[in-house]
Amino acid sequence: MFNYYLGLALRSLKRNIVLTALMIAAVGVGIGASMTTLTVFRAMDNDPIPQKSRQLFAVQIDNWGPDSKSIVPGDMEHLQEQISYIDAIGLMDAKAAHRQAAMYKTGAALTPANPDVLPFQVQIRATYTDFFSMFQTPFQAGAPWSTDDDKNRADVAVITQKLNDKVFGGGNSVGKSINLDGHEFRVVGVLGVWAPTPQFYDLNNDQYGEGAELYIPFTRAIDGQMGSWGNNNCSGDPGQPGWEGRLHSECVWIQFWAELPAAADVAAYRAFLNNYAADQQRSGRFHWPAHTRIRDVREWLVYRHAVSDEVRILVLVSFSFLLVCLLNAMGLMLAKIMGRAGDIGVRRALGASRRAIFGQCLIEAGVVGFAGGLLGLALTALGLMGLRSLLSEEASRLTHFSPADISIAIVLAVLATTLAGLYPTWRAAQVQPAWQLKAQ
Amino acid sequence: MQFRPILSAMRRNKVGAILIAVQMAITLAILCNALFIIQQRVALSERPTGVDDEANVVVLDNQWVGNPPDQAARQEGDLAALRSLPGVQDAFATNSVPLTDSGSTEGISLHPDQKTASARAALYFGDEHAIASLGLKLIAGRNFNADEVTEKVGYTDLKSPAAIIITKGLADKLFPNANAVGQSIYDDFSKGQVPIIGVIDRLQVPWVSAGGWGSTFNDSSFIVPFHIVIPFPVLYVIHTQPGQAAAVIQAAPKKLFDISRARVIGKTRPMTALRTEIYKDDKGLVVILGIVCVALLAVTAFGIVGLTSYWVAQRRRQIGIRRALGATRNAIIQYFQTENLLIAGAGAAIGIALAVSLNLWMVSAFAMQRLNTGYALIGAVVVMLLGQAAVLWPALKAASIPPALATRAA
Repeated sequence: MFNYYLGLALRSLKRNIVLTALMIAAVGVGIGASMTTLTVFRAMDNDPIPQKSRQLFAVQIDNWGPDSKSIVPGDMEHLQEQISYIDAIGLMDAKAAHRQAAMYKTGAALTPANPDVLPFQVQIRATYTDFFSMFQTPFQAGAPWSTDDDKNRADVAVITQKLNDKVFGGGNSVGKSINLDGHEFRVVGVLGVWAPTPQFYDLNNDQYGEGAELYIPFTRAIDGQMGSWGNNNCSGDPGQPGWEGRLHSECVWIQFWAELPAAADVAAYRAFLNNYAADQQRSGRFHWPAHTRIRDVREWLVYRHAVSDEVRILVLVSFSFLLVCLLNAMGLMLAKIMGRAGDIGVRRALGASRRAIFGQCLIEAGVVGFAGGLLGLALTALGLMGLRSLLSEEASRLTHFSPADISIAIVLAVLATTLAGLYPTWRAAQVQPAWQLKAQ
Repeated sequence: MQFRPILSAMRRNKVGAILIAVQMAITLAILCNALFIIQQRVALSERPTGVDDEANVVVLDNQWVGNPPDQAARQEGDLAALRSLPGVQDAFATNSVPLTDSGSTEGISLHPDQKTASARAALYFGDEHAIASLGLKLIAGRNFNADEVTEKVGYTDLKSPAAIIITKGLADKLFPNANAVGQSIYDDFSKGQVPIIGVIDRLQVPWVSAGGWGSTFNDSSFIVPFHIVIPFPVLYVIHTQPGQAAAVIQAAPKKLFDISRARVIGKTRPMTALRTEIYKDDKGLVVILGIVCVALLAVTAFGIVGLTSYWVAQRRRQIGIRRALGATRNAIIQYFQTENLLIAGAGAAIGIALAVSLNLWMVSAFAMQRLNTGYALIGAVVVMLLGQAAVLWPALKAASIPPALATRAA
């Protein structure tokens, strides 16, 4: 039955090749445009760590108070996006979560052992050992540093595969030494490919970038007075001059993440944070009631507007465009079907039921949708290629087509075209055999 | 032209007419909003930085290996060497320049007892060479003197500047009715006043994104007389003689490596390259929206051609009868053109309403501005012209139907 209808549909489409081509082109162009932007949107809206995104929480503590001069404009909650060094240490010492890590972005000049190679800059993330287990970073060789290394401010480093290739020419480099600004660091681990997109744990710096090339203990970086290369916000009290002054200041420059596996842990951590802030109030540091917040990865990405306005606008525009294309295809289908009213009349007179006519025409619409979807896929590939040549390197990372997108494109095309075909098909089923035969 | 017969014919083809009208309405709504966004992004990416000649201002990132204790002296040596290069007019070191998307901001107060800052401004480090190296225009007061310039060791050094130079944009915000030169601002660190000694015409903040950080104080900046000594990359800004930028980009890193190899030199590029790079995504958005607009117009036009051709085919006999009864070819063409004008007119009316409400929604959801109604009108005209152009071919085909057709059997 289906095969017979399919054959009828193909024959009918072949009879009016120009209209058919126009319909397929309209659906294809619409699908191409909307899939191109949808791919970028999905990459931005991606869950970077799906297996744990409901268990990892970003921590916020208001250490500036309701009177502070400036929070980021538009922030209704009056909360800073990062925390101060005092609070980072306070929360690390409390160990109230299953796992926790304070972290910040820094950098250094790396001097290769080969004197002929010029020193180069590396992007560093200073953090705690829990970072690796919490975010499930894959290790190609070695392992994270130990909690003792955290405690002892050890000169140890975890490097990425890319840096390993660049400095050591690949291989197992565990135990080798790397020179950062004149200090030797021992490599304890080499990461495999790991680039969560967006880089949820620090959205201030290269959101879609490759992230740090090297990881060292937070305590070691603080000891070495390695300043933050990311966002430093000192709109509160700037404190005393010098590095010690910065550590004791209310400047915010550190990200803090906690792993809370169960709902009970989340509630307990909320209570702990409020107690912590209340303690700060009692000790005279805060002059306001506790104001804290934790958000899981998904909530954090929404809060920080991970999907840019530009992409939202593009998605809106391209889906409106798809709508226009479908209306267009619908008009053409209507014209095509009404042009065949005579045929349909004959078939009805010979005993075809309304339902059969309806099914035949709907399958015809589906075939157009399928062909449009295939054309749309080709156009999407072309569109994404175009985007890569137009956009910056960072934005270009968002233009990769996943296998899921292929099925989305085809399903969207067939579904949308069939939906657009419903009305013309219904009209076809309404054809009165007697009138058509009389008119002939 | 009589509308009655057209309207009654249309009533028999309601759905087709409605489909075309709705298509035209959506096309119009997208078209004028897209054109509006395109115009805004182009304007955004063409904003001046205040730098006189971006092609001849070269920016170089320099980072020392380790944290040498004599960093300040080394930096002065570097700059002296750069100034001695052929083709170089002047050079200085700073934390940031416009078009880099990275820098510092400060809230500026005039008095110690102020609860909220009077203005927000970008902070640039510089010395007596800053204005000449960036090619800025001093419009009031004077440049820094060498004896006003001190060392600032890292961002945690809370030393106060001896004096500051501010942009006209910031001056207008702080002192709307007075000359800013001779006034002073309040400094949180020293708990004292810092005098304003000069006003420059323009120096854009480092951040450029539409609606992002810096978009509300794009022309508010100030320069503090510090030699910046930080364990981060420092920017050397070099003003070259006209046409010498390429030669200096080659020579400058070589010269610096001759002095010392214990450094990392990132990129060396003219500010025109910074501009291209930072506005790349905005330009990309403009091109994509442009392509979508063209595709949209094409799809709508083909839709009109397709449906009208079908109508013509359906009414061949009627058209033949009209011709046989004395209607001229022009009358037939005019019939289809008027019919399309009526549909397009209805579509345009819905489209303008749709465009305005789409824009209002975007204003509330995104960092968008209110649509200039001129764009809606331009869009309406474009869509109606498009309809007329698209209907021409089927109308001509209709006009070529011979009157003799009426005498033949169907």
